Amino acid sequence: MEPFKKIKTIVTPLDKVNVDTDQIVPKQFLKLIQKSGFGKFLFYNWRYDEDNHEKQDFVLNDKKYKNSKILVAGDNFGCGSSREHAVWALQDYGFSVVIAPSFADIFYSNCFKNGILPIVLDEQTVEKLQHMHDEIEIDLENQVIITPEEQIPFSIDAHRKNILLEGLDDIAQTLQFGDEISKFEKQSKIPSVL
Amino acid sequence: MGKTLFEKIWDAHIVVEKQSGPSLIYIDRHLVHEVTSPQAFDGLRMNNRKVRRPDLTVATMDHNVPTTNRRLPILDQTSAIQIQTLAKNCKDFGIQLFDIASPNQGIVHVIGPQLGITLPGSTIVCGDSHTSTHGAFGALAFGIGTSEVEHVLASQTLWLEKPKPFEIRVEGKRKNPHAVTAKDIILSIIKNIGTGGGTGTVVEYRGEGITDLSMEQRMTICNMSIEAGARAGLIAPDEKTFDYLRGRKYTPKNYESLVDYWRETLKTDSDATFEKKYVLHIDDIAPQVSWGTNPGMTCDVTDSVPSPDDYSKGDQNQKKGAQKALEYMDLKPGTPITDIKVDRVFIGSCTNARLEDLIEASKVVKNRKVSPHVRAMVVPGSQMVKQQAEEMGLDKIFIDANFEWREAGCSMCLGMNPDILSPGERCASTSNRNFEGRQGTGGRTHLVSPVMAAAAAIEGHFVDVREMDLS
Repeated sequence: MEPFKKIKTIVTPLDKVNVDTDQIVPKQFLKLIQKSGFGKFLFYNWRYDEDNHEKQDFVLNDKKYKNSKILVAGDNFGCGSSREHAVWALQDYGFSVVIAPSFADIFYSNCFKNGILPIVLDEQTVEKLQHMHDEIEIDLENQVIITPEEQIPFSIDAHRKNILLEGLDDIAQTLQFGDEISKFEKQSKIPSVL
Repeated sequence: MGKTLFEKIWDAHIVVEKQSGPSLIYIDRHLVHEVTSPQAFDGLRMNNRKVRRPDLTVATMDHNVPTTNRRLPILDQTSAIQIQTLAKNCKDFGIQLFDIASPNQGIVHVIGPQLGITLPGSTIVCGDSHTSTHGAFGALAFGIGTSEVEHVLASQTLWLEKPKPFEIRVEGKRKNPHAVTAKDIILSIIKNIGTGGGTGTVVEYRGEGITDLSMEQRMTICNMSIEAGARAGLIAPDEKTFDYLRGRKYTPKNYESLVDYWRETLKTDSDATFEKKYVLHIDDIAPQVSWGTNPGMTCDVTDSVPSPDDYSKGDQNQKKGAQKALEYMDLKPGTPITDIKVDRVFIGSCTNARLEDLIEASKVVKNRKVSPHVRAMVVPGSQMVKQQAEEMGLDKIFIDANFEWREAGCSMCLGMNPDILSPGERCASTSNRNFEGRQGTGGRTHLVSPVMAAAAAIEGHFVDVREMDLS
C-alpha cells in the first residue's frame, strides 16, 4: 500500500444519507476476481442511465469535479454489504478521502486496508464542506483539514493513522506475533471443525 | 464489575492487548464464499503465505450459483470463473469446500449451524455482513472485508477495536405467533432505532420475546443486526441452543463437556452494564412491510405509506431520503399498504429460508393458488433444507400453488445469479435489504416475513396475514 500523502483538491459533494455499498458498487460487478478496475463501476446506477449514457444531473458526471480526491457525503455512509469492492471502486476512481458525519463499521475498517482516509465530522461542518468551492487540504499527520477560512481538526485512532501514513502491510506485522498466536491456540477450548 | 456475554467472549479471545487501540482477536471459525475471497487468496499467493488453520476454515458457493438445474453448465462466464476460482483456491490451500454438487451446499449462514460448525462462545467471521446470523448461538460473529479475509486466512486473527455492548430487550408475548414472526420483531426494532442505530455496538437480544423463539427464529433476529448498523448481534445460549447443535455432522466429539462449560459461563452477569439500551414490547405488534429503500423505512401492514414529513420528523436529510425512496418505489403517501400490488414473490435468503420458514409459509399456500399476475419462487437456504422440506411434502404444496421450487443459494436476495427483478417490478421478499437495485436494477423490494410473502403471492397484493384462515 502506498503511504498516504497530503492531499489538496476541491471536494465532490454527495448530498445523500445512508449511501449503501450496493449503490457504491452494484452487485453485477462483484464477479471479478481481481482488485483493480472497479472505478468505472462506482455509483454505476446513479452515473448511467439504462442505455449506459451519463446522467447529467449526477455529481460525478460534472467535469468540474474530475480531479477531486475528496468525497463529502451524508450520515451512515457505506452501510449494508461488507463488499470491499466498494472501497476498491472509490480508490480506483481517484478518491483518497471520504468525509461524512458517520460511517458503517465494516466500510470504515475496509478503507484503512486500501489507503483511503475516512474522516468523521459533525453534520454542520460536513454540510459546510459540501458547499465549499475552493480547494481544501487534508493533512493526516497533523489531523487537520485546511480550508481558506479555517483549520478543522479531526480525530483518528493512532494505530490506523500510522498504517495509512506508513502504507504498512498489516499481515506482515501481525505474523510477528506468531508465538502469541500459537500460545493462544494451545489453550483454546474450541476444537477444529474436522 | 460484571461483564456482558459479548465482553466475556471478547476477553476469552484476546491474543494481544495494548494500552490503547485495537486488540488482536483470535478467530475460531472462518467461513468462505466465492465472491469476497478470490482477491484474498491472490494476496496470499503474492506474498508466499499459507492458510494458518485450514481446519478452522470452511467454504461453500452460494452468492452466484444458479438455482435451476445443477447438472447444466453455468451460462454466466464471470460467475463460472468465480466458482471455479474458489474450487481451485480451496484445493491449493487445503480448505474443506461444499461445492455446488455437495448435499451440504447452501447459504453459508444456513449451513454453518445446520452442520454444527457454529458453536456457542466462539468467534466466527465471514466476508459477508450477514455473518451476524450465527450470534443466535451465543457466538461473536461478524462480517469482514476481503483484506480481513486475507488477514484471517494468514494469521487466524484480526485487529479489532472493541465495540460497545447494546442491550435490546424484547418483552411480552405475540398474540398470534404464526402471523407475527421473528422477522416482524427485528423489522420493528430497525424501524425504531434506525439503520445506524447499532453502529459501533454488539447487540445482545434479551427478554421473554427472545427466549420464547426457536433457534431458527433467533437466527432471523441476529441476521438483521447489521441492518441496524450493529457489528454483531447475539443471544445467550440456553437448552434450545444446545439441543439444536447436538448430533450434527461436525458437532465436536467432546460436545457435552463443552455444553457444561458454556452453561456456566455464557451469560451476562446481573451487575454488567450496557452502554446503550432499547426495549420493544411485542404484545400488540403487527406484521411489518417495508415501503422504502432501507430496512428502517418500514411500517405496519395496517398503516399507509407515510409522507416524507411524517417519516422524517423534521430531519431535512431524512426527508430528502424518504422523498427519493418514494420516487424510486413509485409510491404515493397515504396509500394503504394492503393496496400495493406485487409482481413477484421471493421466499428465500439467509434471513428466512430455513425449514421452519418454509413450513410456516406452506400453511398459507396450502390448497390455494398464486395470483395469476404474480410470479413466485421458493429458494431453500441449503440443499439440506430442500431435502427436509421435500421429505415433508412441502415442495408439492408450493408447486401445486404455482410457486417455483428451486435449488439452494442466495438467489434473488442480491441478484448475482440469473434470479433478478426486471426494472419496475415490485417484489414481496423475505430477504434483508430493500436497497435500490438490490434485487435487480430498477426493481422494487418490500421486506416481509415468509407468511406475509406467501399471503401476498396468493392475493396479489399485501394482506394482513392475521386475517387469513391458516388452519
